[in-house]
Amino acid sequence: MAGNTEPLPPRAKLAVTAGRAAAAVSRAAGRGSGSVIGGKVALRLDPDLLAQVAQHLDVVLVSATNGKTTTTRLIAEALRANGGVVSNALGANMPAGITSALAGGSEAQYGVIEVDEKYLATVARDVAPKAIALLNLSRDQLDRAAETRMLAERWREGLSASKAVIVANADDPLVVWAASSSPNVVWVAAGQEWKDDAWSCPACGGVMQRPGEDWFCSECGFRRPMPSWALSGEQVLDPHGSAWPIKLQLPGRANKANAATSAAVAAAFGVPPQVALERMYAVTAVAGRYDVVTYLEREVRLLLAKNPAGWLETFSLIDAPPAPVILSVNARGADGTDTSWLWDVDYSRLAGHPVRVIGDRKLDLAVRLEVAGVDFEVAENAAAAVRSCPPGRIEAIANYTAFQDLRRAVGN
Amino acid sequence: MSDTGLRVVWVYPDLLSTYGDQGNALVVERRGQQRGLNVQRTHIRSDQQIPTSADIYLIGGGEDRPQRLAAERLHRDGGLRRAFDNGAIIFSVCAGYQILGREFVNDLGERQEGLGLLDVVSLRGDGERCVGDVLADIDERLGLPQLTGFENHQGVTRLGPEAQPLARLRLGNGNGTGDGTEGAWQDTVFGTYMHGPVLARNPQIADLLIKLALDVNALPPVDDRWYDALREERIAAATQPA
Repeated sequence: MAGNTEPLPPRAKLAVTAGRAAAAVSRAAGRGSGSVIGGKVALRLDPDLLAQVAQHLDVVLVSATNGKTTTTRLIAEALRANGGVVSNALGANMPAGITSALAGGSEAQYGVIEVDEKYLATVARDVAPKAIALLNLSRDQLDRAAETRMLAERWREGLSASKAVIVANADDPLVVWAASSSPNVVWVAAGQEWKDDAWSCPACGGVMQRPGEDWFCSECGFRRPMPSWALSGEQVLDPHGSAWPIKLQLPGRANKANAATSAAVAAAFGVPPQVALERMYAVTAVAGRYDVVTYLEREVRLLLAKNPAGWLETFSLIDAPPAPVILSVNARGADGTDTSWLWDVDYSRLAGHPVRVIGDRKLDLAVRLEVAGVDFEVAENAAAAVRSCPPGRIEAIANYTAFQDLRRAVGN
Repeated sequence: MSDTGLRVVWVYPDLLSTYGDQGNALVVERRGQQRGLNVQRTHIRSDQQIPTSADIYLIGGGEDRPQRLAAERLHRDGGLRRAFDNGAIIFSVCAGYQILGREFVNDLGERQEGLGLLDVVSLRGDGERCVGDVLADIDERLGLPQLTGFENHQGVTRLGPEAQPLARLRLGNGNGTGDGTEGAWQDTVFGTYMHGPVLARNPQIADLLIKLALDVNALPPVDDRWYDALREERIAAATQPA
């Protein structure tokens, strides 16, 4: 039991109050939810605040390149079977936003926290988590982010002394490299479609061999660990060999993988897989992702894909041709300003779909699709793109700020 | 040209394919096919031998440790040098460009020997990382329109007397030496810091590589509408920052 019963020390209490005031000002000024600015003010007053607001909670951290927000929601839902949960459900995943979210949960037993990849080691040090879920690592926004293997290296150093149970994806060599220095790891065979950031052994640089589901380095012997949990089609296999059906409203293989990992995390807190998985069914759209919006007499499904691995997983969940697909890409600060990554995505998989392209960088998409030999039309905006599609469901895939633009355009 | 083959090798995708540069191989393949060529695109991993009889070799950018490993393995393999001796065309980007030079500084901070196919020496700059759109005028002997691309590197590359600057900068950092040069070329070997990928932004360079490989002066025209629109937009964006 870790209910937030002990009072905060006076200085921390003041910082929380000042943070709430700043958040209220930010909200009033129309600058979003205010959780980030609130957290920043609070952290400036008391740098230990994150540790203090977390100390009464059983904390779970969730980090990855893709799937953090959704998995955080799934774990939070599962743990509510046992007690109250506080979570940064809106995806404010750096220390300031996390502090702000935790400070709002004085009655909670659990803190389920999404953490930006770059901050995982710091946050894990500050909040002494009981569990850490590591889903995947792949290239993302290389014009401003650290190299992918360096991130794995930082995770590895930061987690080597952690007392947390690390619940990690056995199918991602970079994640395995990052987690395998920790004393207490639960391996989940969660799968990963994207493989192009782990052809080179993270330990020694040797060329990775990947026969079937397995992987190993032929030079140093670094290899896939034996998983105790696994995603197997529509089921989760637990360490006792029991198979539990996954029923989600969220689409796609990647979300089944997120559910498998979440079930393993929940089990670490005594929530049985059956209970955890049943509760996960309640999760529908997460911050607009996967929402289906009726717009101009069509059903537009909103899909967020921010990097090559995300696009690959998204292509595998969309409706088959002739379902129309709208693609939207921006290259503003939050997206990464280089669009070269579009060429690491296999767009030939869209052959047969009517494709429309929009967004700030629609011309980059146009050239990409031209070279992939995929037919497409360039549209001026979301409304024009939707209007040019036949009635029925449309799959709309967008990267970060393009996704926000799309939500606004269709009234989500 | 339908009987004419064009063999394109994408070098070490396991190490040097991190910044979308494999798009260069896709663009060459597509534009070759549009000219009726029988294009064979092969990806060669760093545990495989580099074939020595292909026509065009493309090498991309990678992270610092993979760059060191790639240079070691290319040295050991020796195939790229033999391919060059056989008259192959080699086009390289960023880390790949540095590897083709005489020397570069690796992730361990050591000077490492390159393949010496370009008379250039690369260091790691001590300033800010160069990130952003670039605009430059390509060496007029190559007969190409302006170079547009995206740079993301911290390298500084100095040209020796045998290498020619690929382009003169209008905007951006290019070779990072402050002398206004970007990239290098020498015989049939080309190097640039430009991503984008650079051949998607500059399809005329892709055509030049194909012409050199086939030893022809001209290729049948193809529909460049979307390439042209993209070039126009990126050049305007570079010259009129928001």
